[in-house]
Amino acid sequence: MELFLHQVLAGLATGGIYACVALAVVMIYQAIDHLNFAQGEMAMFSTYVAWQLIQWGAPFWAAFVAAVALSFAAGVAIERIVFKPIRNAPVLSHVVVFIALLSILNSGAGFIWDYQNKNFPSPFGSGALFGQTLISRHDAGMIAVTLMMLALLHLFFRHTRIGLAMRAAAAAPESARLAGIRVGWMVALGWGMAAAIGAVAGMMIAPVVFLEPNMMLSILLYGFAGAVLGGLTSPGGAVLGGFAVGIIENLAATYIPVVGRELKLTIALLIIVAVLVVRPSGLFGRAVMTRV
Amino acid sequence: MTALLETGGLCAFYGATQVLFGLDLAVADGGVTALLGANGAGKTTTLRALSGMVRTRGDIRFAGRSLAGLATETIVRCGIAHVPQGRGTFSRQTVAENLEIGAMTRRDRAAIAADMTRVYGYFPRLAERRRQQAGTLSGGEQQMLAVGRAMMLRPRLMLLDEPSFGLAPMMVEELFDILRTLNRREGVSMLVVEQNAAIALELADHAYLIETGRLVMTGPAAQVGADENIRRSYLGY
Amino acid sequence: MSAMPQSPDRPRPAVPDAAPAPAATGGRPRAWRAVALAGGLALIVALPFCVKTFFVFQITLAVIYAIAILGLNLLTGFNGQFSLGHSAFYAIGAYTAAIMMDADIPYVWTLPAAAAACFVSGFLFGLPALRLGGLYLALATFALAVATPQLLKASFLEHWTGGVQGISILKPDAPFGLPLDSDQWLYFFTVAVAAVLYLGAVNLVASRTGRALIAIRDHPTAASAMGINVALYKSLAFGVSALYTGVAGALGAIAISFVAPDSFTFALAIALFVGLVVGGVGSIPGTLFGGAFVLFVPNIAEHFSKGAAGAVYGVILILLIYLMPTGAAGFVGWLRRGLAPRSAPSHE
Repeated sequence: MELFLHQVLAGLATGGIYACVALAVVMIYQAIDHLNFAQGEMAMFSTYVAWQLIQWGAPFWAAFVAAVALSFAAGVAIERIVFKPIRNAPVLSHVVVFIALLSILNSGAGFIWDYQNKNFPSPFGSGALFGQTLISRHDAGMIAVTLMMLALLHLFFRHTRIGLAMRAAAAAPESARLAGIRVGWMVALGWGMAAAIGAVAGMMIAPVVFLEPNMMLSILLYGFAGAVLGGLTSPGGAVLGGFAVGIIENLAATYIPVVGRELKLTIALLIIVAVLVVRPSGLFGRAVMTRV
Repeated sequence: MTALLETGGLCAFYGATQVLFGLDLAVADGGVTALLGANGAGKTTTLRALSGMVRTRGDIRFAGRSLAGLATETIVRCGIAHVPQGRGTFSRQTVAENLEIGAMTRRDRAAIAADMTRVYGYFPRLAERRRQQAGTLSGGEQQMLAVGRAMMLRPRLMLLDEPSFGLAPMMVEELFDILRTLNRREGVSMLVVEQNAAIALELADHAYLIETGRLVMTGPAAQVGADENIRRSYLGY
Repeated sequence: MSAMPQSPDRPRPAVPDAAPAPAATGGRPRAWRAVALAGGLALIVALPFCVKTFFVFQITLAVIYAIAILGLNLLTGFNGQFSLGHSAFYAIGAYTAAIMMDADIPYVWTLPAAAAACFVSGFLFGLPALRLGGLYLALATFALAVATPQLLKASFLEHWTGGVQGISILKPDAPFGLPLDSDQWLYFFTVAVAAVLYLGAVNLVASRTGRALIAIRDHPTAASAMGINVALYKSLAFGVSALYTGVAGALGAIAISFVAPDSFTFALAIALFVGLVVGGVGSIPGTLFGGAFVLFVPNIAEHFSKGAAGAVYGVILILLIYLMPTGAAGFVGWLRRGLAPRSAPSHE
């Protein structure tokens, strides 16, 4: 029982990482109706920028805010410069451009900063929370930050005009244009926000897994899994999904002996796929009915 | 009356294919103009051309300002509300949110709230369902919602694409009564595209007939409605 | 009558090019086509004798990738099922071949075996995939791609797969004592197999089955309403698609003489997908361009910059998509429309 609880808590801790990424994924999905496959690399690159600022002597929170702001701007810029020209291209071509972006960011980061593991400081300090061994201070802080972002996003989307405009633009772009909404800029805004959230996620994750160019690849996959499990239309669901994935992964590794460390990722993904076959819109997602 | 909207030699293209061939039409300020024609004649395309949703050539003037080549959002912001074919409902949003979206380009909070009340006044059924997901509304209710959304813009001109489509006859009457009120009481000019020629001619003061991308007849609604060919082909008697 | 409006948001794959059609562009005599065909054949036959061995090896690999991409195209381009997991089927084919050759079975038999194994596994994967659409299917197949190297390394399968080290096999020599070296022989062998497979694909697409698959891609509900057994055809599509990619995998194993788990990561799945789009989704000839792209462009990128090869690759890819948003096949189609005499718009 002790082991079980411990694994659940450990799962919650890693799940916090996935929840953070899942939130960014759902965020951009709501804005552009696609999954941004380059999300992880963008987050990684932002974290490197923050790291560089810290290396140059900036205090942590200054670097944090600067990285988030720069990421927002970069997200908007990427959408306007890279994706606007192929607006009318087929969806699969868009995916290839995502892949290209992924490649550029990953390789670029390695080129600029090399592939050695780097330490990234945690603003919450090291050590256990309140001295108990249940959960570390950083993990607790990470979960708190994720939940705070979730709350802010909820407020933004449900209770502001521009949030509604963004939702409208993503749901039905042509109808949104007929309401005078500048859909292109709404999409760019969505990208900016997703990039900013990704930056926060990256900076929360880096202290745990060490900063290196490939750090986000498998985490992004877990993030996707969490988002899909929770339901791509539900930010709250995505966060819960992320936590769930963390817990499932840990429990599977502990209790299914043949899996051990080798197939942790596989098992988690298989479970996700199984859920999808049974409930295609995720646990908390809303099924969209289409009239034929 | 002066023309609020007029086109000169309007041509439209889907890719390399030309679908509208030099249309000259006008909507009088404060008037209702009907655009009649069979399926596939180019009625919807005409409205889409006016809203900047397809590639065009030729002149489009609205209150003296040229609209040719402008983006849809910009055209809308000039005061033209387009109620599209298929209603363009934001299914995942609530009825109230749909109406708020309609007012997105406006800044006057108090007036927007007042307008929402007014729309609910015209469409009590929408008021009952204001917190419901718009996608769950019936066809007729979604049509009302679409018109309501257009009204929230406080437009000078409304473009309506087959508003009677898929509605029961009683609902069609109800809707067109409301359109008549909007026109007479609020002064909203309208360009109504319809396959249902009878109801459109009742509402309009001027009418055009379009066939395979060309205007083949124009005149006051009563005159068009009395024409022998029109009666036989489009009015069924 | 005026034309039906095309919704700009709806992705439209390039029109599939069937086997050389009679010149529809007008003004191109049949004789030209025959000359071009003969010239092409001569080039294909002469190639391995005119260039370096390593280049022959690379061309062979490019053709193998083209076959793999053709498999993916059958599923995604012609049937609309989005797969990011074809590296798994490639791996199954490759390992089937390697295991058989390790057991001293002649390499020729590995192809049908790989085909069968992959058809079955593809079909079986297609069954649960029926419930998933678009994005979710992409994720599920991506999960498959990620799982594959992990499964291949797993200790409980090591006895067959050789674990992390993989399996080394001997490169086959030319049979009947022909005066060809290994690479040249494998080139001809691969091209011959490719010819058979491509012909098969062309016939499949043009057949009733092909039309059913395309109907399912374009409008599954309508297809079902017309009496097409959507579930069966979709699973079959998965099976056939996996078959093609699996045979490519087997050929790849033979050509490279080595299989190891890390050769079949999701990077391969992504590469196949990129090759599909770059060549032209829904175009059979386009897959040849895709295969060449997947093989050669990463090398070219490395020449530009050793340290930032990935970045260069990404930039090349983006520029390519800007230039040819519907892939090479779409670009060729656009050129042909531009060069052909424009037909006057019909007046009613």
